[in-house]
Amino acid sequence: MGDTASRTDTAEPETGPTRVSTATPSGIEVPEVITPEMVDRSRPEAPGEYPFTRGIFENGYRGRLWTFRQYSGFGSAEETNERYRFLLERGQTGLSVALDLPTQCGYDPDDPMARAEVGKVGVSLSSLAEMEILFDGIALDRISTSFTINGTAAIIYSMYLATADKQGVDRDKLTGTIQNDILKEYVARGTWIFPVRPSMRLIADTVLYSNDQTPRFNPISIAGAHVRDAGVSAVEEIAYTLANGLAYVDELVRRGGDINRFAKRLSFFFYVHMDFFEEVCKFRAARRIWAKLLRERYGVTDKKALMFRFGVVCGGSSLTAAQPYNNIVRVGVENMAAVLGGAQSIFTCAYDEAFQIPTETSAEIALRTQQMIAHESGIARTVDPLGGSYYVEWLTDRMEEEIMRVMGDIDAMGGAVQAIEDGRIQQLTAQAAHRRKSAQDRGVTTVVGVNAFKNADEDRDFGDVFRLDPTVSRRVLEKLDAVRERRDQSTVKNSLARLEAAAAKDDENLLPYLVDCCHAYATVGEMVATLKNQWGGFVEPIRL
Amino acid sequence: MSLKGKRIVIAKPGLDGHDVGAKVIAIALRDAGAEVIYTGLRKAPSMIAQVAVDEDVDAVGLSILTGSHKELVADTIRCLNDMGADDIPLFVGGTIPDQDIQDLKDAGVREVFTAAMAIDDVVAVIDRLIGDAGNDP
Repeated sequence: MGDTASRTDTAEPETGPTRVSTATPSGIEVPEVITPEMVDRSRPEAPGEYPFTRGIFENGYRGRLWTFRQYSGFGSAEETNERYRFLLERGQTGLSVALDLPTQCGYDPDDPMARAEVGKVGVSLSSLAEMEILFDGIALDRISTSFTINGTAAIIYSMYLATADKQGVDRDKLTGTIQNDILKEYVARGTWIFPVRPSMRLIADTVLYSNDQTPRFNPISIAGAHVRDAGVSAVEEIAYTLANGLAYVDELVRRGGDINRFAKRLSFFFYVHMDFFEEVCKFRAARRIWAKLLRERYGVTDKKALMFRFGVVCGGSSLTAAQPYNNIVRVGVENMAAVLGGAQSIFTCAYDEAFQIPTETSAEIALRTQQMIAHESGIARTVDPLGGSYYVEWLTDRMEEEIMRVMGDIDAMGGAVQAIEDGRIQQLTAQAAHRRKSAQDRGVTTVVGVNAFKNADEDRDFGDVFRLDPTVSRRVLEKLDAVRERRDQSTVKNSLARLEAAAAKDDENLLPYLVDCCHAYATVGEMVATLKNQWGGFVEPIRL
Repeated sequence: MSLKGKRIVIAKPGLDGHDVGAKVIAIALRDAGAEVIYTGLRKAPSMIAQVAVDEDVDAVGLSILTGSHKELVADTIRCLNDMGADDIPLFVGGTIPDQDIQDLKDAGVREVFTAAMAIDDVVAVIDRLIGDAGNDP
């Protein structure tokens, strides 16, 4: 075994740093040694018990492993349906639906704004007719469906209910998830449509209606992932997301929702990046903070309603186009952090996702990574194996303090809704992105293969971006024309008029009206335009 | 960097919601002294060209990450030409495959930037572009 000195000697100073950083990426300065005295041992915590620092289940992954999420492809509804049937025949029970940008932003495929994007990053679902094709021959009570949808989440969820109605499937048998988290769309992902406050109403409508009609369905997944990938730190990722979560809780409470009921169906979604212990500890801290806030601020008594459930993506902007095979190791490290942090569902990115559509091989390695960690590494054998480590407990406490400090800043801005309406969180996120990129450019932070330990002969080959099959767009437009032709025009007109009248009132749940519109084969663009008549569109506050 | 007094539009055409790159470059150009007009998301090419003309800018930057760069660039160039503003240097940033870079340049794009480039290098190239354009007879 070589000693440290000889290892240091072999590293060439000009190719990369020779010392480790002493602070975490969130800026927490870490002592050289953390002694037992530095850790608060006054509160013994048990897994599965409030405040759930050590996990929400008393037996960790012994009872059930985390869910391995599968990569989902795109194309037309027909092609996607074929792929779904293929996956279901091979034993998969969960489907993941990616939608194209026009569907996500509320434009019909023939809108001039939509033309370049139809069918491109997901399937086009312009009306119930397309969703009927998507789930043709697939009984909705036998699968769980996850939709990455936000701006038009209420509409797509209504369309799903209408599809179930048409199949004769009882609504209370439906399981699945819609992302339905509009606040982070204003900050990072950009598929907003309406101003913030009517959007909050629409989300509350969806959650309340779903709790009632589809009690096994997750009507919201509050996501920090996109803000993190945009450039903020782990501390800010958790703080912004919990602040958004509280904003939804406030809206639902204001609307008369029972927090002991609806809080059970709130779930969260994050990225895992490379700083291993900070990532593990952010999840431990988040579970603790969420449970404490719900109990202390809102008086939640139901144990399940206090549980912070979350899914993660390993990869994202921590992956590099340079030396792409390094990404396999990155995803492996991140996957371990996710498991040791207690994630309920994990998606591992393929190593080539930073620059191209994953190949079959790269997608398979991503899944095999999870299987090796689950079944070979042994880290899932006992609950919260890092619990009690001086460093882990110390850093969990420090993360909790830092997250609470940033949440305090958001409170001082008037809460998440106000801060986002004013463009403050957007501004902080853009500035964080600029700082992160500058720090990498200047070598302050090390990214192997990018700003350190580079290969002289590295080719930057970007691979290929997704090329739309030109016939997909044409077929989508033809089907849209056919639907408009054959539907009963007066039913469409009446259902849209009733939707608009309901939207004009503040206290009417819009979901029954949206379901009616879907049944009448009103298009997504028509429903969105109807709501825009009442609410207007979001005007982006520009602050740099 | 001598971007003082220069006016630059940074724009997001189409439905693409990824605005990090656009904002990072906007901040860097502003820090280098330029007056930056960031359009925000979901702008039609005609609207971007209109802003460029109305604000009498020295350069236009488009940020595109959805793979629709060829269509959106062609539309923007057509709109700029229609308004007699084809002399304004146009640059593009985003996820642009290597094999598309020459096509975009043939269509009239002056420079193409990707995420791998250092910010300072991007700003320096834009600075040179504007300088060159200003020296044209």
